[in-house]
Amino acid sequence: MNKLRILTNGIVAENPTFVLLLGMCPTLGTTGSAMNGMSMGLATTGVLICSNMAISAIKSLVPDKVRIPAYIVVIATFVTLLQMIMQAYLPALNASLGLFIPLIVVNCIVLGRAEAFASRHSVGDSLFDGIGIGLGFTIALTLLGAVREILGTGCVFGAQIYPETFGSLVFVLAPGAFIALGFLVALFNYIRKRS
Amino acid sequence: MKKLASTLPNMIISLGVITIVAASLLAWAHSVTAEPIAQAEKQTRVDAIKDVLPAFDNDPLANATEIYQLGEGNAPFTVYPAYEGDKFVGAAVEGYTTNGFSGEIKIMYGFDAEGIVSGFQVLSHAETPGLGAKMNEWFRMEEGNRSVLGKNPAVVNMTVAKDGGAIDAITAATISSRAFLGALRDCFQAFETYKKDLNNE
Repeated sequence: MNKLRILTNGIVAENPTFVLLLGMCPTLGTTGSAMNGMSMGLATTGVLICSNMAISAIKSLVPDKVRIPAYIVVIATFVTLLQMIMQAYLPALNASLGLFIPLIVVNCIVLGRAEAFASRHSVGDSLFDGIGIGLGFTIALTLLGAVREILGTGCVFGAQIYPETFGSLVFVLAPGAFIALGFLVALFNYIRKRS
Repeated sequence: MKKLASTLPNMIISLGVITIVAASLLAWAHSVTAEPIAQAEKQTRVDAIKDVLPAFDNDPLANATEIYQLGEGNAPFTVYPAYEGDKFVGAAVEGYTTNGFSGEIKIMYGFDAEGIVSGFQVLSHAETPGLGAKMNEWFRMEEGNRSVLGKNPAVVNMTVAKDGGAIDAITAATISSRAFLGALRDCFQAFETYKKDLNNE
């Protein structure tokens, strides 16, 4: 498979949020604003790239029967590293994403890609798969966050577009996350089928 | 390279090596980041203290006193006294409440020497976005009786108007407002206790 196909595969054909519908918990939980959605997407991308490469590199050293615990250890290590770095150098971001950072460990996208892709492909291909899927996830989260932020508070990335009083609070709350996600999934698949 | 077979020794060695490598990597990262993490936490606190208090020139963190407990088994409130020269200019009180709409709210309140609220800063909370989460802005607004700034809790009744108090609650977030003002009263209590001890010395 050529590298570009792997890359676009993650963003469009196998977009983790809009097509595979994986990792719904952080998707719904952290997209109260476009900024939070994007940060969560980038954090997951970082972990995904590292874990994909590491798992691809050690794949032949891990016996099949213990592969899942081995992968989880690798993923958890990278997530813990990420969290330490964020606590040390980006405390404000760490506070706003809170519990969702350690929860990347059990994000099914990361383990899913380890199992479905990294354990069968070369390190180079896994790197591109990590970037592709990660970008797909980041784009989806940013989009969802932006939609919720605009409809809920009239802002996008904190910039006011229309007065907050006209916003509908439900989009900032959990039910709005489901509604907005549903419409975005429908729209994405409509466009994808048409083209 | 051929995949290792799933025999018991292979599995033990493989998992063992992976966990040992992971653990040593994390131990190393911890030793590197421990200092910056502590620094970052301290910085957030120092910024909050500077924000809520009038001008001071000592290091309030150095004189921090844990003083007031909500009850048996609860963590105490922390008082950070501020001095300008030898003059006591006020204190920041870091308190918390669990009476909010969801989870714990941590707030830093600043009181000047007379006990007048000179500022506050919500350090962490999990209140509903758009409703209770507004407390960091709402209780500073000039409109109506929203602001708690410049008021002395010993004189002004720091409860929401619905409960007969003198402060307007956040629209549609009375529970968060009650929690916020409750924490304010508790912190003021801590401040008073601290001041009394100070005068007795």
